[in-house]
Amino acid sequence: MTVTPGWYMALSAVLFVIGLSGILLRRNALVMFMSVELMLNAVNLTFVAAGRELLSIDGQVSVFFVMVVAAAEVVVGLAIIVAVFRRRKTASVDELAELRG
Amino acid sequence: MVELTLFVIFGLAAVFGAVSMVWARNPVYSALGLMLTMLSIAVFYVSNGGYFVAVVQVIIYAGAVMTLFLFVIMLIGVDKSEERTERLPVQRPLALGLLALFAAGVLWAGRLVWVTGAPAGVVPVDGSIEAIGTELFRKWVLPFEVTALLLIIAAAGAVALALFREDGGDE
Amino acid sequence: MTGTLVSLAILLPLGGSVVLLFAGKRLPEPLAGVIATLTVAGAFGCAAVAAVDFLTGAGEALTVRWFDWMPAFGVDASLGWDRLSALMTLVVTGVGALIHLYSIGYMKGDARFGRFFTYLNLFIASMLILVLADNFAMLFVGWELVGLCSYLLISFWFERETAAAAGKKAFIVNRVGDVGFIVALMVVFAHFGSFRFDTVFESAPEVLTTGTATAIGLLLLVGAAGKSAQLPLYVWLPDAMEGPTPVSALIHAATMVTAGVYMVARTGAIFGMAPIAAGTVAVVGAATALYAATIAVAQTDIKRVLAYSTISQLGYMFMGVGAAAYVAGVFHLMTHSFFKALLFLGAGSVIHGMHGEQDMAKMGGLRRKMPATFATMTIAWLAISGIPPLAGFWSKDEILGTVFERGGAWTVLWGVGLLTALLTAFYMTRMMWLTFFGEPRWDDGVHPHESPAVMTIPLLALAGLSVVGGLVNTPFRTTLEHFLDPVFDAVRLAHVPTGSTAVALAGASVIAALIGIGLAALRYRDRVPDETGFAWRLMGRGYYVDDVYGQVFARSGKLAAAWLAFRFDARGIDGAVEGMGALTRKTGGWLRPIQTGFVRTSAAGVVLGAVALLGWFLWRGGL
Repeated sequence: MTVTPGWYMALSAVLFVIGLSGILLRRNALVMFMSVELMLNAVNLTFVAAGRELLSIDGQVSVFFVMVVAAAEVVVGLAIIVAVFRRRKTASVDELAELRG
Repeated sequence: MVELTLFVIFGLAAVFGAVSMVWARNPVYSALGLMLTMLSIAVFYVSNGGYFVAVVQVIIYAGAVMTLFLFVIMLIGVDKSEERTERLPVQRPLALGLLALFAAGVLWAGRLVWVTGAPAGVVPVDGSIEAIGTELFRKWVLPFEVTALLLIIAAAGAVALALFREDGGDE
Repeated sequence: MTGTLVSLAILLPLGGSVVLLFAGKRLPEPLAGVIATLTVAGAFGCAAVAAVDFLTGAGEALTVRWFDWMPAFGVDASLGWDRLSALMTLVVTGVGALIHLYSIGYMKGDARFGRFFTYLNLFIASMLILVLADNFAMLFVGWELVGLCSYLLISFWFERETAAAAGKKAFIVNRVGDVGFIVALMVVFAHFGSFRFDTVFESAPEVLTTGTATAIGLLLLVGAAGKSAQLPLYVWLPDAMEGPTPVSALIHAATMVTAGVYMVARTGAIFGMAPIAAGTVAVVGAATALYAATIAVAQTDIKRVLAYSTISQLGYMFMGVGAAAYVAGVFHLMTHSFFKALLFLGAGSVIHGMHGEQDMAKMGGLRRKMPATFATMTIAWLAISGIPPLAGFWSKDEILGTVFERGGAWTVLWGVGLLTALLTAFYMTRMMWLTFFGEPRWDDGVHPHESPAVMTIPLLALAGLSVVGGLVNTPFRTTLEHFLDPVFDAVRLAHVPTGSTAVALAGASVIAALIGIGLAALRYRDRVPDETGFAWRLMGRGYYVDDVYGQVFARSGKLAAAWLAFRFDARGIDGAVEGMGALTRKTGGWLRPIQTGFVRTSAAGVVLGAVALLGWFLWRGGL
C-alpha cells in the first residue's frame, strides 16, 4: 500500500476543517490566530504534495512565499492583539462588537 | 512501507495536535498542540521531497512564530482561559453544520482525483536549498524582493501599533 | 507678411480688450477710449496695407494658419484672407474706428467707461474672426462671440431693467437662429467631412443633391435670420436700442447684423445649387423690408425708427443675396454701414444734446442748435432715401435692378422693394422733420447743444463716405464687382440690367424716393399731425408681434418651466431620488440584524460563502 498524494490531501482537508472550527468556535483571539496558522499549514501541505505529483518545484516555492506572508501577518496580528489587550484587558473577540449594525 | 508508517504515525499526531489546539481551554496547550501539528507537517514535507521547506517549517514556524505566540500568551496572561459556554445562540450548531458540509464537500470532490494537470517536469522534485534558491532568484526574483518590502512594512506596522497609546499621543 | 498683418488686425483689438479688461478701471477716462480707438485704427491700417495687393491685382487669396484646433474634425484655427473678407474687414475696422472715436465723447463720464471699450474692442476682434474665418467652425466661433458682445453691450446699462431684459431677449432669440445654424453645420460636416470653406464649396456640386443643398440653405437662413433680424426673428433688434447709441450704430446697424448677409454671400456656392432656398432668402428679405418699413413709419422714438429701418435695409440685402446678386448685397451692406452708422451716431448726437431725450415728439427745430449733426444727417437721410449720387442710391438700385432683371415672379419682389423704397424715404423724412425742422417742442430745462468735435468728426467722415461710397460700383464703373470677381466667379451671378431698362428702373427708384420725401414733407412741414389712430397704434407697436410672441412663447415656456420645476422636478425627479434613498435605508435597516458585530459571525458568513462556492463547483462538475 503506497501513500498517494491524495492521502496527504485528505489529511490537509481534515486539518483545514479543524482550523476552521477553531475560528468559528473559539473566542480567544490568540487561539483563533493559531487556527489561521493551522489552516495555512494545511494548505502548504497540499502544495508540497501536489508539487511532488506534478514534478514541479513551484509548490515548494509557493510554500516559501506563504510562510513569508504568514510571518508578516503574525507580526502585525499579534501586535494588534497586544494593543487591543492593553486597552480592553481582554483577548476575547466577543467583547469587540462595536461594529454592530 | 516506511512512508506509510510515517504517514500513519505523524498523521495521527498532526490531527491530535490540531484537535487539542482547538479543544484546550488554556492557550498554552493550544500553542503546544499547534507546535506538534507543525512538526508533523515538517515530516510530511520531507517525505514529499521538500527538504528546504521542512527545515524552514521547523525553524520559522515551530521555532520563531510559535515562540512569538507563547511570548504574547505570557504577556497577556496564562490565566485568561475561556469558559465553554457559548454566548452566541446559533453559532455552535451553525458552525458544526457548515464544517460538516465543507468537509463532506471537499472529501467528496477528492474521491476520484486529488491532483489534476499535466506534469511540469520529468525528474522527481529536488527540494534542496540549491534548487529552491535557483528557482527563487531566476523565476521569482521580483516577488522575492517584494516580500522584503512586505516584511519591512509589517515590522514598521508592529512598531507603530506597539507605540500606540490610549491618549493618542506617542511615548 | 500679409498673413502677419491679417493676424495683427485681429490681435490688436483683442489685445486692447485684454489690456482694458485689467487696466480699464485705473486708466484716466479718455485714455481707455484712446487706446481702444488706436487698436481698431491700427487694425484698419493693417487690413488696408494687406488689401493693397488686391487693388493692384497682384494679391492672391491666402490662408493664415494659427494652430491645430480640432484635429478630429480636421479643423484648424485659421484665417482666410480673400477679397470678400478683405472688404468686410475694412468696413468693420473703418466704421468701427470712427465709432470708437465717437464713443469717447458719447460715453464721457460713464461709470464704466473702460469696461465699455473693453467690450467694444472685443466685439471688433470677434467680428473680424467672423469675417476672416476660413472654415465653418471658426465662423461659428466669431458668430457666437459677436452675439456675446452684443448681449454684453445691449445690457451695458444693466441697472435699467429694460436694458437687462433687452440683452436677454437678444441672446435668446439669437439662440433660436443658432439652432438652425448648428444643425446646418452638422449637415455640412456629415456630407463633406470637413468644415473648410474651400473644400466644401469646391466639392459641393458633386457631393450635394439639390434637396440637401436646399436643406442646408434653409437652415443657414434660420441662423442668418436670427443674427440679421429678419422675419420672424427680428424682435430682438428694436429692443437692442436699450444699449448705448454707439453700440446700436456699430453692432446693430453697421456690422454684426450684416453677418447673416455675409454668411449667405460666403456660402453662395450652396445657395446657387438650391434655388428654393435662395428664393426663400429673397422672399424673407423682401417681406422683412416692407414689413419693418411700415413699422418704422409709426415710431416715435428716434432710435426705434432707425432700428426698424435697419431691419428693413437688411431685408434689402437678403433680397439681393437671395437673388444671387451677391455683389449688390455686399455693396449695399457696405454703403448701409456708412449711412446707417451715420444716422445712428447723428441720433446719438441729438440724444446727447437733448440730455437723453429720445422721443421725437419732444424735439423739433434742432437744425439751428446742432448744425453739424443736422448737415451730416441730411446727407445720410438722402443717401438712405436713394437720392443720386449718394451711396444708398447706387447699392439699392443695383439690388432692385438685378431682382427685376431675373423676371417672372421676381418682378413682384422688385415691386415690394420699390414700395419699401418709397416708405423708406417717407419715414426718414418724417424723422428728419420731426427732429430738426418745425418749432421746438423741448421739455423745460432742456438746452440742446452741438456735440463736441470728437463726436462730430466721425459724423463728418461717415458723411463723406456716404457721399462717395456708392461710386465704387456704378453702372459706369463697376470697380467693386471687378474687385470681388475672384470670390464669386464660381457662383452663378445674377446680372445687372443695362441700357434703357437700367435708366428706367433707376428713374422709378428715384421717383419713388421723391414721392416718399414729398409726402412726408407735406405732412410734417408745419405741424405734428395726430398719429394715434388705430392703424398708427398698430404699426407703432410693431403689429403687436412682441405681445403675441410673449403670449405664445414666453408664457407657454414659463408654464412649461413651472410645471417642470414644481411638478416634474419636485415630484418626479426628487421622488425618484428620495425613493432611492428610502429604499436603501429600508433595505439597510432590514439587513441590519445580520451585522452582529461579532467576528465569529462574520467568519461563519465567510465559511457559508465558501461552502456555497464549493457546492457550485461540485454541481458544475457534475458532483
